[in-house]
Amino acid sequence: MSLHVLRPGLLTTIQDAGRPGYRQAGISVGGPLDARALRVANALVGNEPGAAALEITLLGPTLRFTADHLLALTGADLSAILDGQPLPLNRAVAVRAGTELAFGRPRAGCRAYLAVAGGMAVPAVLGSRATYLAAGIGGLAGRALQADDVLAVAEPSPAAVQLRRQLLGRSPGLAWVAAPWFPAPALTPRPEPTPVLRALRGPEYEQFTAASQQAFWKEEFQVTPASNRMGSRLEGPALLRSAQAPELLSAAVAFGTVQVPAGGQPIVLLADHQTTGGYPRLALVAAADWPRLAQVPPGGSLRFQEIGLPEAQQLYLAQEQQLRQLERAVALRRSM
Amino acid sequence: MPLPTRLPTTIPPPRLYPLGETAVVLEFGTGISEATNASIQAVAAYLLAHPFEGLQELVPAFTTLTVFYAPWQVGTVGGESPFEAVAAHLRNQLAQLPATRAEVATGPAVEIPVCYGGEFGPDLAAVARHCGLSEADVVARHAGADYQVYFIGFAPGFPYLGGLPAGLATPRRASPRAQVPAGAVGIAGAQTGIYSLPTPGGWQLIGRTPARLFRPEAADPSLLRAGQRLRFVPITAEQFHHWPAAR
Repeated sequence: MSLHVLRPGLLTTIQDAGRPGYRQAGISVGGPLDARALRVANALVGNEPGAAALEITLLGPTLRFTADHLLALTGADLSAILDGQPLPLNRAVAVRAGTELAFGRPRAGCRAYLAVAGGMAVPAVLGSRATYLAAGIGGLAGRALQADDVLAVAEPSPAAVQLRRQLLGRSPGLAWVAAPWFPAPALTPRPEPTPVLRALRGPEYEQFTAASQQAFWKEEFQVTPASNRMGSRLEGPALLRSAQAPELLSAAVAFGTVQVPAGGQPIVLLADHQTTGGYPRLALVAAADWPRLAQVPPGGSLRFQEIGLPEAQQLYLAQEQQLRQLERAVALRRSM
Repeated sequence: MPLPTRLPTTIPPPRLYPLGETAVVLEFGTGISEATNASIQAVAAYLLAHPFEGLQELVPAFTTLTVFYAPWQVGTVGGESPFEAVAAHLRNQLAQLPATRAEVATGPAVEIPVCYGGEFGPDLAAVARHCGLSEADVVARHAGADYQVYFIGFAPGFPYLGGLPAGLATPRRASPRAQVPAGAVGIAGAQTGIYSLPTPGGWQLIGRTPARLFRPEAADPSLLRAGQRLRFVPITAEQFHHWPAAR
């Protein structure tokens, strides 16, 4: 049970739910940039929510399945082609041994997630299989995929095996067969060209000039090519603190924190962010919008819209509820 | 010579504010001090001994203790938000915190070898200029001081240190470097620290250590721990290149 990497793609890494509990040692939680898409992919193939899958960035890999597998692809639309045919997103798909998965031009979004029933079998480091590139740990030897890598797949659940056999058994002549059902569309939105991300005022919001505060909520920002899994570096109007603002002492930061170095160009922190930082925290992208943030590619643009904390927490809880409903619904479907 | 750390008899009530949907910040002051640090460590120990439903982890820093929680695990009453519930709970816990007085033996200082200047410390000249000192004076003062590890943050195993002589304070670079090598020793404002990994960073780099601060294969992946004493010991480039790899 394995996948052969024929071409690695631009940046393909193994990610699971991340590595919580080590922030005190300076180790960020890491894991998928679009955690919602990873969970949907895992649910579709009957994996645990935090099973290890592939995070695929913009230009996807070419992979060959060496055995029959059940897979699901979620997140960005990167023109996936399975055995020469377009592969639908957000479906459980049974695929026969020998079939090749390739990708073309990115159409919408930045990061896609490929879950295979059973999950990627790599050793856990500090309790997680997530690749942490900056530290060189987790995933496959702490690095992105390379050509000729062989990715071992763990034993799938009995329900996943049954679904795979059902689907392939119905159509003996086909290289792959997609299940007819799919998750609620609210969990699998197509990434938008210029999303308006809801954001909370950060702890140092009041230290910024009124003009910078206004510009932050009104203007459009571009994601620059210097962005990576640690953060999206933005380019836009310079955001400046007032002259009397103090030099700051480092303090905790989180996924979605908008921090602004002295140059005035903000950085929005992503999964592999530092645990603490010394730049002023102008804002925080609402947790419910972290997936939309993660889907803006370099060269893409975004805007911010203010939201209050109670509403932001409600949105985040609602999204968590929807994910749990999906996980329960798939489990139920399998048990029937 | 190790100094005892004395916890304050009373912990001042912290300022409390959210850091997004998943964290609450407790702020115990506005400047670096051992008393503030002792308050943070005492509160952290208390919260870990009396965890609330949904508590995930604690991140201490110079003046703050940030409490991360899972909002869907927090019990709420009426129409209150998870943040309001956690904030109310923390205020309640802090009010009950017993007045503490304890002395903690911190042990001998950890010695960190550093090769200063040249290719190892590309910003040494800029720091010397800013401080109105010779490069040799910057090195002598930096290596002559006794530091305390306040917390580990920013990157795996990266120590934030108290004790930088005031005369060496230098602002961060206006634009961060895209890549700083592991072991780089830097100054940022009133802080000094050691990069434990190659990462982007804006600190002024004055030297580099061959010691490994991040060891993912170890059960405790950070070489240094909050509360330790630390000294920098100057070494030559030759000593740097022949430093034993595994420690």
